[in-house]
Amino acid sequence: MLCATSRLLAARTATALPAQPRGRGPGARCRRRELHFPGHPELDLDDFLTGRLARPSVPVGRRAILRRGRMPPAVGGGPARSELRPRRGRCGPQTARVVGPDETAKPAARSRKRPGWGSRHFEAAGRWALLALVTLLSFATRFHRLDEPPHVCWDETHFGKMGSYYINRTFFFDVHPPLGKMLIGLAGYLSGYDGTFLFQKPGDKYEHHNYMGMRGFCAFLGSLLVPFAYLIVLELSNSLPAALLTAALLTFDTGCLTLSQYILLDPILMFFIMAAMLSMVKHNSCANRPFSAPWWFWLSLTGINLAGALGVKFVGLFIILQVGWNTISDLWHLFGDLSLSVVTVGKHLTARILCLIVLPLTLYTATYAVHFMVLNKSGPGDGFFSSAFQARLSGNNLHNASIPEHLAYGSVITVKNLRMAIGYLHSHRHLYPEGIGARQQQVTTYLHKDYNNLWIIKKHNTNADPLDPSLPVEFVRHGDIIRLEHKETSRNLHSHYHEAPLTRKHYQVTGYGINGTGDSNDFWRIEVVNRKFGNRIKVLRSRIRLIHLVTGCVLGSSGKVLPKWGWEQLEVTCTPYLKETLNSIWNVEDHINPKLPNISLDVLQPSFPEVLLESHMVMIRGNNGLKPKDNEFTSKPWHWPVNYQGLRFSGINDTDFRVYLLGNPVVWWLNLLSIALYLLLGSIIAVAVQRGAHLPAEVEGLSQVLLRGGGQLLLGWILHYFPFFLMGRILYFHHYFPAMLFSSMLTGILWDTLLRLWAWSLASSSLARGLYVVGNLSLLLGTAYSFYLFHPLAYGMVGPLAQDPRSPMAGLRWLESWDF
Amino acid sequence: MPCWKTRPQHMKLCAWCIQLSVVVLSEYSSNVPVWSLRLLPALTGALSVPMAYQILSELGFSHCAAMGAALLMLIENALITQSRLMLLESVLIFFNLLAVLSYLKFSNSQKQRPFSPSWWFWLTLTGVACSCAVGVKYVGVFTYLLVLAVAGVHAWHLIGDRSLSNVSVLCHLLARAAALLVVPAAMYLLFFYVHLSLVYRSGPHDQIMSSAFQASLEGGLARITQGQPLEVAYGSQVTLKNVFGKPVPCWLHSHQSTYPMIYENGRGSSHQQQVTCYPFKDVNNWWIVKDPGRHQLVVSNPPRPVRHGDVVQLVHGMTTRFLNTHDVAAPLSPHSQEVSCYVDYNVSMPSQNLWRLDIVNRDSDAGVWKTILSEVRLVHVNTSAVLKLSGAHLPDWGFRQLEVVGEKLSRGYHESTVWNVEEHRYGKSQEQEEREVELHSPTQMDVHRNLSFLARFLELQWRMLTAKSDGSEHKYSSSPLDWVTLDTSIAYWLHPRTSAQIHLLGNVVIWASASLATAVYTLLFFWYLLRRRRKICDLPEDSWLRWVLAGALCAGGWAVNYVPFFLMEKTLFLYHYLPALTFQILLLPVVLQHISDHLCRTQLLRSLFSALLVAWYSCACHVFNTLRPLTYGDKSLSPSELKALRWKDSWDILIRKY
Repeated sequence: MLCATSRLLAARTATALPAQPRGRGPGARCRRRELHFPGHPELDLDDFLTGRLARPSVPVGRRAILRRGRMPPAVGGGPARSELRPRRGRCGPQTARVVGPDETAKPAARSRKRPGWGSRHFEAAGRWALLALVTLLSFATRFHRLDEPPHVCWDETHFGKMGSYYINRTFFFDVHPPLGKMLIGLAGYLSGYDGTFLFQKPGDKYEHHNYMGMRGFCAFLGSLLVPFAYLIVLELSNSLPAALLTAALLTFDTGCLTLSQYILLDPILMFFIMAAMLSMVKHNSCANRPFSAPWWFWLSLTGINLAGALGVKFVGLFIILQVGWNTISDLWHLFGDLSLSVVTVGKHLTARILCLIVLPLTLYTATYAVHFMVLNKSGPGDGFFSSAFQARLSGNNLHNASIPEHLAYGSVITVKNLRMAIGYLHSHRHLYPEGIGARQQQVTTYLHKDYNNLWIIKKHNTNADPLDPSLPVEFVRHGDIIRLEHKETSRNLHSHYHEAPLTRKHYQVTGYGINGTGDSNDFWRIEVVNRKFGNRIKVLRSRIRLIHLVTGCVLGSSGKVLPKWGWEQLEVTCTPYLKETLNSIWNVEDHINPKLPNISLDVLQPSFPEVLLESHMVMIRGNNGLKPKDNEFTSKPWHWPVNYQGLRFSGINDTDFRVYLLGNPVVWWLNLLSIALYLLLGSIIAVAVQRGAHLPAEVEGLSQVLLRGGGQLLLGWILHYFPFFLMGRILYFHHYFPAMLFSSMLTGILWDTLLRLWAWSLASSSLARGLYVVGNLSLLLGTAYSFYLFHPLAYGMVGPLAQDPRSPMAGLRWLESWDF
Repeated sequence: MPCWKTRPQHMKLCAWCIQLSVVVLSEYSSNVPVWSLRLLPALTGALSVPMAYQILSELGFSHCAAMGAALLMLIENALITQSRLMLLESVLIFFNLLAVLSYLKFSNSQKQRPFSPSWWFWLTLTGVACSCAVGVKYVGVFTYLLVLAVAGVHAWHLIGDRSLSNVSVLCHLLARAAALLVVPAAMYLLFFYVHLSLVYRSGPHDQIMSSAFQASLEGGLARITQGQPLEVAYGSQVTLKNVFGKPVPCWLHSHQSTYPMIYENGRGSSHQQQVTCYPFKDVNNWWIVKDPGRHQLVVSNPPRPVRHGDVVQLVHGMTTRFLNTHDVAAPLSPHSQEVSCYVDYNVSMPSQNLWRLDIVNRDSDAGVWKTILSEVRLVHVNTSAVLKLSGAHLPDWGFRQLEVVGEKLSRGYHESTVWNVEEHRYGKSQEQEEREVELHSPTQMDVHRNLSFLARFLELQWRMLTAKSDGSEHKYSSSPLDWVTLDTSIAYWLHPRTSAQIHLLGNVVIWASASLATAVYTLLFFWYLLRRRRKICDLPEDSWLRWVLAGALCAGGWAVNYVPFFLMEKTLFLYHYLPALTFQILLLPVVLQHISDHLCRTQLLRSLFSALLVAWYSCACHVFNTLRPLTYGDKSLSPSELKALRWKDSWDILIRKY
């Protein structure tokens, strides 16, 4: 007990005091006592396992004696453990930091009973062997029946298609950053896929197209998640059973398995998240050898993986926050260490800025550079971007275009909103439905290029054809009163005192009149922003506003999506509020006027930073635009951890090949329970420590693992889960999987600690060991058995639905809301 | 005359303080006691000034600083404007300040005499003030959370205090939990109890609530439904309302017209009678619940109630056709089944008109189908499709009513598949003509029912939190970024003839210096923090603690009342910033005193600084005086004077054109 107190004191003062010389002080004294700790249970499953693997012939009793000479199992503890990072353990993989000072402090004690080299060797070998086993199992489960079903499943239709776009080098638009799709495209390219499959809709057969390269690539990255989780937990807890349990939870989770088997962004994203976490943890354990080669290696690897995570999906931001938090607390500790000079701390800071900010940013930007370099042909994404941007794309009509420079009466033009991702002023032969303003022709904005985007610019008072060759060319000038006639339907752009369909405080904009003859509500004053009267209006470069003459309102787009009657195009309104926003500023993009000379427009090329900024703006707007529609069944964040509802990947009816993305309920509910238990146990320990309770050395060590290692994982879970509650966009079940990885790792650490604590509280050491081993084995086997039950969810089911007693899944539909 | 606008959604919350029933009036006629209604905001606004003084002196700052805080609050034009009108912000600010003040009083008495009467008083008052703040406006919850966080940190230190015994620590924690968690929750429930018992009449916002809720209001749905039989029996005549009620609340409906043979897009239909959802009361909304095994459409004596799991047929009252669904694509949602009233065209399309009743909120599996209270799903027996409101408007042939479909792949529970019986009577007439007369007659009869308070409370909470205000833009709406720099204003009132007007405008000097003070505080705080980490203590321990606590409450109060608005999707106005501004004003003297005490090393510098302060304060007074006509609206200014007051282009000062 005395020993524990002194440890605690040491731990509490550690931050303030300079480093304690190793091998002296309370910690060292305690060590010796611990050797004689009466009821000290020996329950290291890793030893147990390594022992079994390496030396099966050694009798149990002997093994126990051998191990008594070693440090307290796994959790190490002692002042060194709870102290600052710099003095925490050895650098490098596997033999982890907790073996650190304690271990080095008493090589003599160990070598008396068994050769230190040998035990280390065996231990390391056991760990490697287990890692290999775990990896093998993970690959086996992920690659098993990877080619099934041989048709497009769920979002493969998007990401497969986008992979093809890279192979075909056509420009497209997506709400996610490009890295993930680029990698998919690369995998397809390398495996001989030629980019000709259309990926039109889920259910399309692949036939002769080679899709296995892309699926294999995703499955490969998905398989690596398990060994990564194993290594992270091993690093955080130094307990082999905890790592094994984590690995089992992830290997045997049908959800992770399903998600890894298809052409999706999620396996790539999770790969980068876990890799970043792993390198961060590894880097932490190098803290005692700053600026050494492995230290630099892991630090820069963290940065690289962060760039990867962010480059795949913006969800990568959460792992950046986690690493950022870890880095700040790390620096805070270094800064508080008075034995380090300010210059040294400055060096630490600079290293982190270089590796965790500059390097990732560079790489992230580089992915965009590659993205824009590869995609140089005009494609379906053009309309989302500004006119200047489109001029970069070959095949686009603005590429190397030469068009008349100044706007004249009679010109046929397209008008584009300056705000990103709004599109072109558009009209079509459909009326506003009854009850929504006047029943006149709809005017919207539309993101795609279309004949219905063409308007003719006319004088307000004559209907004479200005293209008549006998008339002189008359240019449109700033402040002119004009009329815009829709080319296809010959109706005029019109506004009046009716409320707009969605933005009730604005006026409705319609197409009105027959063959260009309307009324005075068709007159608009054209103004160039920041310009005096009299000047001509330049195509593409002039920013213009259209002001309705009668009501004085300004033509704009609210950016809101019209309901079905408006074909889900965006609303156009006339806003009476004259605040200058981009919504009400337009530019002229296409311009056709045979009477005017064409000039070349190569000056338009935007610089790379502009392109980068613009594509981000468009992506953010796109993401915000993904709103659930009325009456659509949407997934709510609270559904996810309870595994309330899955996602149908493929097939509906009993004759189809059905794949259903659903977490293994045993794993998921165990995770849920573990989080609750963790919070309970964690707060009990924290309060006990705060009250200054005297924890026995064993518990002290375990609680350190729980609070530090577990705390990092809990933070990861929180960061990857709770932000979704704030998101307005449409959410899906698979958004939870990064958080699920963290919660599984937490489960591993928690149960290992719980079992150790429980075993420790028992008097008899053989009983304790038995309990510990049985507990771990039953958790492992339970998970494996539940996987055996639920594996058809991932590998595919044919035959009757689960309500039917003949179905293979009969009786497994534990929740009404699962439909498989 | 009415200034600005009334805001019904908050009115509900302010039940305790403002006689809300009066405030809802949109025109203040002469008999409405405007003066007395405006008294409360004015009173609370006035009390905020001495409270600012108290808070600073409780924080341990000098009387000079405390006086400064009060004087600044006194000449802040925006706070004055807001408290002179019948608006909620000044009440909210009052309770926010009260919560902070009483917490400070409590934590100061903690050091001397824990568990003394004054200790208890201030502790309880903190909880009460917090719940009042939340009860006035939901944004009060941010201050509550701040106080909770500070109390949490203090409690954590208490746990670490080894000089206290375990028992006394436990007592401390329990007392705090009771006062800061239990009391506010209880108070909050109490407000709603009072609100719901005061507002027992039906009003303009009835249709937002469920049928059961409306039925509990006097003269609401109760006017129609009072006295209906409770249990639906075979032969009952019912109207079925969709529980989801989006896009509009509507009732299951059918009429003589049939689905068009061929739709616009070329798909075919069954050409049977349309079934829709209709948002108005109509005789065609009546359906008769029929036992498939029997022929009569009247209720037997005694009535045989319909239970969960029973199979029923629904007969449309006016056309006597059966509700039917079959494997034909619905008009607008082709993935779902069409729902029709069956017409036999003799085209080998048999009727499939059996529905199984699934009572969602049943007590037991033998639960009886109850009027209004039961939420039911109708599951088609042959195809296990569920009757659902798709939310789409049918085209002209369907009279723009809402589409009803059979949802084949019912993914769990969704409110659009749930219906409840709203109007109900036992059918008596055998013949069709009699029945038509009966259907046209109003419902009446005799049972009385009440929803429990808790159920009503929860429903009201839910509707308030999920009520989507029309996220529309308003002439005076602004974004949170405009607030700090005062780039926006709100015109509250303009005299009908003269150009006397009231504007919500802040005292520019105070706003600018308060923002500056926040920035200075943040910089200094981090500077000190880093230096302390390197064991260089610029401040003595107690003044450091005071500095941190003042920052946590004032700068923290500003942050928690400001930052969340960036995440809100509703329409925002300048007055939303006032609670945050109040805390920022409190921070100003804290920073000033700190500069004078710790950063001005020599006496000369200190006197110079004081002189500067005096100059600065007179400057603020001058601004207050200049803007006064716009604050009080008591003086008609000439257009040129008004133009001169328009210091920023974005201020919408109204200038009459003569």
